Amino acid sequence: MRTILFLLQKEFLQIFRNKVMLRLMFVLPVVQLIVLVNAANMDMKNIRITIVDADKSSMSQRLIQDLDASPFFEVGVLVPTKADAIDLIKRNKTDVVLYIPYMLQHDSQLSHKPSVQIIADAVDATRAQLAYGYLSGIVRRLSLQWQVADVTMLQLSKIQVVSSFWFNPELNFKYYMLPGILVILVTIIGLFLSSMNLVREKEVGTAEQMNVTPVKKYQFIIGKLVPFLVIGIIELALGLIIGHLLYNIPFDGSIAVLFSFTTLYLLAILGLGLLLSSRSETQQQVMLLSYFFLLIFVMMSGVFTAVENMPLWAQKLNYLNPLYYFMNVIRGVLLKGSGFMDLWPEFVSISAYAIGSLSLAIWSYRKTS
Amino acid sequence: MNEPVISVKNLVKRFGNFTANDHLNFHVDKGEIFGFLGANGAGKTTAMRILSGLSKSTEGEVVVAGYNVNTHPEKVKQNIGYMSQKFSLFEDLTIWENMRFFAAIYGLSTAVFKERAQMLLNKLGIFHEKDRLVGELSLGWKQKLAFSVAILHRPSIVFLDEPTSGVDPITRRQFWEMIYQASAEGITVFVTTHYMDEAEYCNRVTIMVDGRIEALDTPAALKKQFAARNMNEVFLTLARPNNQ
Repeated sequence: MRTILFLLQKEFLQIFRNKVMLRLMFVLPVVQLIVLVNAANMDMKNIRITIVDADKSSMSQRLIQDLDASPFFEVGVLVPTKADAIDLIKRNKTDVVLYIPYMLQHDSQLSHKPSVQIIADAVDATRAQLAYGYLSGIVRRLSLQWQVADVTMLQLSKIQVVSSFWFNPELNFKYYMLPGILVILVTIIGLFLSSMNLVREKEVGTAEQMNVTPVKKYQFIIGKLVPFLVIGIIELALGLIIGHLLYNIPFDGSIAVLFSFTTLYLLAILGLGLLLSSRSETQQQVMLLSYFFLLIFVMMSGVFTAVENMPLWAQKLNYLNPLYYFMNVIRGVLLKGSGFMDLWPEFVSISAYAIGSLSLAIWSYRKTS
Repeated sequence: MNEPVISVKNLVKRFGNFTANDHLNFHVDKGEIFGFLGANGAGKTTAMRILSGLSKSTEGEVVVAGYNVNTHPEKVKQNIGYMSQKFSLFEDLTIWENMRFFAAIYGLSTAVFKERAQMLLNKLGIFHEKDRLVGELSLGWKQKLAFSVAILHRPSIVFLDEPTSGVDPITRRQFWEMIYQASAEGITVFVTTHYMDEAEYCNRVTIMVDGRIEALDTPAALKKQFAARNMNEVFLTLARPNNQ
């Protein structure tokens, strides 16, 4: 026990003496949370739309007015021909084109099937799809209104769809992003700092000096784990405070649940970091290895894309991804107020992960080669 | 009868096809200064790493401080000090912090640590600099400090792997004075070196060539055996036998 205390004292002394690292540890989360949360915005507002009005009727005027009033669209200049509009798409000056053909109003009054054309720039598929969705909604509503006004009798069966968004009623994208950024942050601390630290000692030669002392393997590993566990937890707390102050992010669930999960998660990640470092000889190697894992974990975890949309094999693969569980837990706790009873499967998985990666790390760490 | 503190029987270490240590046999007595000489790549460091429990031998029996290195490497580690070729104190800790850390690792109580550290630093004449970062010290001071740290827990043997390489002649002399002092206190010193003048300071010397021990005796006896004026000539005769 005394040995472990002195190992910890030494690690903390070294961490606090490394001013660059220390600053990085506290600047990193602040900058990430300010820049990334604001920048990585997937709200579909201000879609640039170009309208070609070949009809010039009161109906087409109504349509243009409706689009102008919508918060989703930013109506640009009207262009005379479809070719001009397509040219704008090609030059990336507009996101979507609405072509209103000649005789639209006429056709609709004669109850032909009137149609408008929507041309969307689908380089960004999500954006194109959403633009198409909003736009067709507006068009449909208009023709409905038009008919209703026209017929005056309500023959149409009026089924109204009312949507309500749960857990994030304002569809605030920041509420969705911030937990994701926090998860990445905690992971970087856990994976990079721990693995780099140990490999650095190998490079400098102090690792060998430690191996020739009677320090036991488990003592050494605990000495390396605990400091980064503490730092990781402080980072999360810091991130949550920033999230609360800057974005007023909701905290519906229990702090205890979130932090106890984070502790288990960090143990799993630190175990992985130590495992990687015991397999590497240089900081470059371990850096590249950690980066490889980090990237896969992040992209698969559902920080940026919904896991439900992934192919089945990818969803299955996510069972091996610790970030996936952390993602579920942090969003659940913050936004939904999920408690331990809702999240126990995640707890079981991450505990198994932690036990697995730590035992592998201890097993693969050799004092005698 | 002096009980040997190190006894090595038929030590073999192979890395793939390469034999780094080829059937080494020797023993070291208590309090002896035992020089381990050889050209670069002769297998000195490999043998020393096996003796100190950092590396496993392929064959043979090695007993250090009364324990078999292969079966009880951790018992051996409690009883030895080790100073590697790479400088291996923590450069971002102070002199005092380094000493406190290693003292604790070897289970010294705080009181004992303070007394010994004070004594060692006073002997070196750098007690007033105990709060300086080790990284700021010159190589000579670093090496002397590393040696002091290696014997802080009063091991029965201290292994020194080329402790004086790159160090100026004055510091080398001071370093050897420290070695003699440790030896006088009953610590066995096992030292590898390139400097043949240092070989003269050892009680006994082995010369390794290509993984084998080619000579083992006192410097005086070796010089007589090879009809040489100094250890340098002995070494050259052995290490480059076909060289004219």
